[in-house]
Amino acid sequence: MDWNMYFRAVTVVARKDIRIYYRKAPVFIFGLILPTFLFFAFFVGRELDIHKYFPGFLAMSLFFTSSSVGPLIVPWEKQQGTFERLLSYPVSIGTIVLGDMIAGALFGLMISTIVGVAGIFLIPIAITDVFMIFIAFVLGNICFSSLGVLLSSPGAKTPANIMMLAALVRFPLIFVSGIFIPVSQMTGVGVYVTYCSPLTYLVDALNMSTGQVSVFPWWTDLLVMLAFALAFLALAVFVLRRRSLRGL
Amino acid sequence: MRGKMPALEVRSLSKHFGEVKAVKDISFTVNRGEFFGLLGPNGAGKTTTIRMIIGVLKPDAGSIHIEGVDLSKNYFEAKSKIGAIPEVGNIYPDLSARENIDLVGRFYGLPKALRQERAEKLLADLGLMDRGDDFARKFSKGMRQRISIACALVNEPPILILDEPTEGLDVMSRRLIIDKVKEMNQKGSTVILTTHNIEEANKLCQRVCIINKGEIVAIDSPERLRRTAEKMQIVEVGFNKKIEAAWFRSEHITRVVQCGDKWQFYTEDPDKAIRDIVTINEKMDLKIASISTTGPTLEDVFVKLCEVP
Repeated sequence: MDWNMYFRAVTVVARKDIRIYYRKAPVFIFGLILPTFLFFAFFVGRELDIHKYFPGFLAMSLFFTSSSVGPLIVPWEKQQGTFERLLSYPVSIGTIVLGDMIAGALFGLMISTIVGVAGIFLIPIAITDVFMIFIAFVLGNICFSSLGVLLSSPGAKTPANIMMLAALVRFPLIFVSGIFIPVSQMTGVGVYVTYCSPLTYLVDALNMSTGQVSVFPWWTDLLVMLAFALAFLALAVFVLRRRSLRGL
Repeated sequence: MRGKMPALEVRSLSKHFGEVKAVKDISFTVNRGEFFGLLGPNGAGKTTTIRMIIGVLKPDAGSIHIEGVDLSKNYFEAKSKIGAIPEVGNIYPDLSARENIDLVGRFYGLPKALRQERAEKLLADLGLMDRGDDFARKFSKGMRQRISIACALVNEPPILILDEPTEGLDVMSRRLIIDKVKEMNQKGSTVILTTHNIEEANKLCQRVCIINKGEIVAIDSPERLRRTAEKMQIVEVGFNKKIEAAWFRSEHITRVVQCGDKWQFYTEDPDKAIRDIVTINEKMDLKIASISTTGPTLEDVFVKLCEVP
């Protein structure tokens, strides 16, 4: 394996994604508007302790942003006929998956940083562990961008079909991840369902870094997010390779 | 040693999709600097073969060596030696012509100055200098295909693989692309071309490989292939009035094809075929306006080998 060529392919794919898919004004504006709408839906007209629930809101914004465009890239490229062309360059399926993930994670990191900084200055939210919030942002974005790439890997050439699949997977997750009901207050089977959601660990890590109640040790949150990210990426590569064996 | 190494070596390559065997144990080599054609009817397995060579599809069995480098073992190194236009190989519509070429240059690790220099030259050579900063989505099919060929050439690849690059293009775009590919071949690049245009293959290729139903049915120079089919002769006749092919059924005439205002009679024995034509002529009260005999064309060889009706 020529690692120079491998990393070059990953960075050029990520650069291509950012240039073509993420640097569009509507995508960027949508990235900022979505958290704003989520904020209104979450807090306005409700008697919620904003400090207690802000980490959940921040996690939800990060989750939706970093996994928003990723599911569409491969279907778009297949539909336009650019995916096969891309594969004819010194590029492998693994490098495409990693490049797509990095582009999504960078986009999510930028938007979630803006939302986080807005929370610190406007609410204001106190950050008790800067290092933890930084690592949680990085790993969270990698994890959910990887989920977005995984969602793009099935064979559909129609972005609308993938959007339905993405909605089917992403929306239920926000209800089982301790955003609306903190994990510490959950009982019965619901707790075990919550443990299976990667979003739970991001919410927990953000709770910890903003001085709120966290359930898991810090290393558990980070390791589980990393493990989910690796599993999503490996599965995305596996599915795309299988599709490639059958002729894309 | 390296000089004698073939540009491309395909050994026992197979690929199936479900129950369909698209490519069945094919082997061939392409020499360095050669202009090599891959011909076959639709669904013959040409594009599947090309897709395996350029690394888009993984073969079920067999090996592909690009300039001696095993594609399955040294994937990136092998692919860095080729420039390709796959059959479904569009450029990015949301990038300009210049950005498309630059992006591909990045994939091949070309430094910025070299990418810019080559992009300018390719845009000029392909008649797109004044449209370099326009988005590709505004381009006609011919212009997009010219950008596509520019992308395939930006790394000045030792091997150029083109899957029907001139399909459906206007004369101007077709000529620009063919001229550029010929120029690359003259500079030493090996060219592998799949096409439906047999006349194009006849003019350009030093050797052609005819594939049918996933198998190689012939591989040789167009001239030698024509000679193998020399038994088949064509008698071309112009008549003074309209005729019907059915009138000319005879044991010495195997096929009757209208060609413009003339008719072509395929035969293994021109003498007997002409006698039959003259006999039928008298019977049907026809007059022969012109008559000539020719040898088989590459298309005739192709039709014969692929059993196209």
